[in-house]
Amino acid sequence: MEKTIRTIIDRYDGDKGFLVPVLQDVQKELNYLPREALDLVSSYLDVSLSRIFEVATFYKAFSLTPRGRFQINLCKGTACHVRGVPLIIDHIERELHIKEGETSEDLEYTFETVNCLGACALGPVMVVNEEYHGQMTIAKTSRLLKKLSKESQKSKEGKS
Amino acid sequence: MEKITSPDQLKALQDSIVAKRDPDKTCITICAGTGCLAYGTQQLIDSFREEIGKRDLEDVVDLRTSGCHGFCERGPIVVINPRKIFYQKVGLDDAAEILEKTVCEGEIIDRLLYVEPLTGEKVTCEDEVSFYKKQMRLLLAQNPEIDPKNMEDYMANGGYRALAKALSTMAPEAVIQEIIDANLRGRGGGGFPAGWKWDATRKAEGDIKYVICNADEGDPGAYMDRSLLEGNPHAILEGMLIGAYAIGSTQGYIYVRNEYPLAVTNAALAINNARELGLLGDNILGTDFCFDIKIIRGGGAFVCGESSALFASIEGRSGEPRAKYVHATDRGLYDKPTTLNNVETWANVPLIIDRGSAWYQSIGTEGSKGTKIFALVGKINNTGLVEVPMGTTLREIIYEIGGGIPNKREFKAVQTGGPSGGCIPKEHLDSPVDFDELTKLGSMMGSGGMIVMDDRNCMVDVARYFLSFLEEESCGKCTPCREGVHRMRLILDRITEGRGHEGDIETLEWMGEAIADGSLCALGGSAPSPVLSTIRYFREEYEAHIKDKRCPAGVCKALITYTIDADACTGCRLCVKPCPVQAISGEKKKLHVIDQEKCIQCGACFEVCNDDAVRVS
Repeated sequence: MEKTIRTIIDRYDGDKGFLVPVLQDVQKELNYLPREALDLVSSYLDVSLSRIFEVATFYKAFSLTPRGRFQINLCKGTACHVRGVPLIIDHIERELHIKEGETSEDLEYTFETVNCLGACALGPVMVVNEEYHGQMTIAKTSRLLKKLSKESQKSKEGKS
Repeated sequence: MEKITSPDQLKALQDSIVAKRDPDKTCITICAGTGCLAYGTQQLIDSFREEIGKRDLEDVVDLRTSGCHGFCERGPIVVINPRKIFYQKVGLDDAAEILEKTVCEGEIIDRLLYVEPLTGEKVTCEDEVSFYKKQMRLLLAQNPEIDPKNMEDYMANGGYRALAKALSTMAPEAVIQEIIDANLRGRGGGGFPAGWKWDATRKAEGDIKYVICNADEGDPGAYMDRSLLEGNPHAILEGMLIGAYAIGSTQGYIYVRNEYPLAVTNAALAINNARELGLLGDNILGTDFCFDIKIIRGGGAFVCGESSALFASIEGRSGEPRAKYVHATDRGLYDKPTTLNNVETWANVPLIIDRGSAWYQSIGTEGSKGTKIFALVGKINNTGLVEVPMGTTLREIIYEIGGGIPNKREFKAVQTGGPSGGCIPKEHLDSPVDFDELTKLGSMMGSGGMIVMDDRNCMVDVARYFLSFLEEESCGKCTPCREGVHRMRLILDRITEGRGHEGDIETLEWMGEAIADGSLCALGGSAPSPVLSTIRYFREEYEAHIKDKRCPAGVCKALITYTIDADACTGCRLCVKPCPVQAISGEKKKLHVIDQEKCIQCGACFEVCNDDAVRVS
């Protein structure tokens, strides 16, 4: 991990002003911001840990807990809202037994919403691990979740 | 490429690029903006490349992946130049057919043409499509002409000509005067005259001065800044360069949302290319002017669109605004004089310098000059980016360009100005749209989101949506915003859940005024607007929720019931399976019934019914 953090910080010449991008890169690399990584960032960048926590908890993009293998991002922009996103949010919460912003216990799913992806013509838009799914309905969501569940099942079986 | 060290060299380079291009050669332009890519357009692009290679057509046809064309509803979009044949909703495996028929045989593929919704007529030429025809595309005009990853495309379209003009023929003060004369007002929401901001920054004392491009486009339902930055990044760089020269700045920043990865990539590439050509860096075009730009990615906080919060974020801190007794033009980023303008504002700058303020003055209304790009979204036939002169009426935008409301439903309201704006009802459809008119109507220009709503949208629910958005995004520094918005949202929760009581509307009104007065920054200052504007125009809808415990639009879950209409139900059983609580019973070809005890109002049956038999009341 030390090497990873060092490489990222070198990318920004160790400039303290780049704390937000540094944390973004760390999260991209490690999937979330583990405490150990924050300690390293703190010592390499010479920024106090409290300051790092302030930033890491202020911005919505950061997560201090591990995130699921399937990251489901549902757009909650106004255009998507008026086209029925609240019903889809309820549906996903019901199906996955997790609330908006949570990760399932088996670390398979993280369900988050985003304020606007700016793909309003496709609204409601859902992004699963960077793949876009447009004009979502409750029925389409069901089908997609079923597909993910199958993949998840398969990989679990593969492991055991 | 070698560095350019004078305006003459720039001109020579532009001429040489234009000279080696054949304007009559067929060019297939594929929209590769974020919207079209979300349709899977990359696959189409790859397949065009492959098919062109297979057929040895490289000498006959060019392929260009361009920025956003704006007609997102109809993606994937392919335009074949020079005839400007407009193909829409192109299938991901249509490349071979387009090459064989249209490129080789000159034949038009009928099924890919756009059909005018009002006349049923098919349109071949891009310029003739009603969505485009009624627009005035100045800022978006280059998007279809340019591959944002190819600097030569920008050069061929007169790129950096305005910069050369400013550096070689205008003093910094003259540039500022030109922007003041043009009356360019900030497109990010406030509408503050950009020229005056520049002037104050130039006159402020400081060893270093900054110019910043605000691309933290947080308003939900607005994406014109993304389209400009990802589709034509050099235009933004050129605008910033001209601004920096006028102000006396050496360092610029682009603060861009991390949710816009393509914009980040394209802007970063543009900066590198401009550096290689010597258009960024030291002694630009052989003058004393030195300037460079860094990109900072945002962390997903709406409040960082606010100037002082944005500065804090660039400095590596959490994005909390500060009180503005001292203007950013005196003490902004790192406490140095700073000019912050948004993407669309910067995109206007090269046009004004190139064509002059008198030309710019001739477009728009008395107090608002030039064009404005709107993101026309929601319940509208033609979702997309629309650029019109200031003063165009809402009706022209929504009906003539937007093609009206889908599914024969009725227009109810249009929401402008994002979470700080308001909802405008149909009696004001003929109002001209500019900064001052929208403010008079209790809304605002904001960054240009225009969300259209029909009779199945509940205004109380929309107000509640914006408040919960702002509650989440409030940085929490000042009490009126942090606590006030939260309290207002709780009242709206009660109302939408059928627990509203007499006096709630009045409470919302006085709380709204108090929050607007007492908040530190514009986020809190305008947070009550969505509530106040919906109360102003749709008071009876609030009253229906409170007094009759009824949601007229059929949205608020606690106040609605789903039933099946006995005359319309065909007994197809389509609704039975999707019901997550097994509340629907009924045999095939017989009337189905919803058990109201079990029903959780999830809407799944309503969505799947093809016979309009599921009713909301």
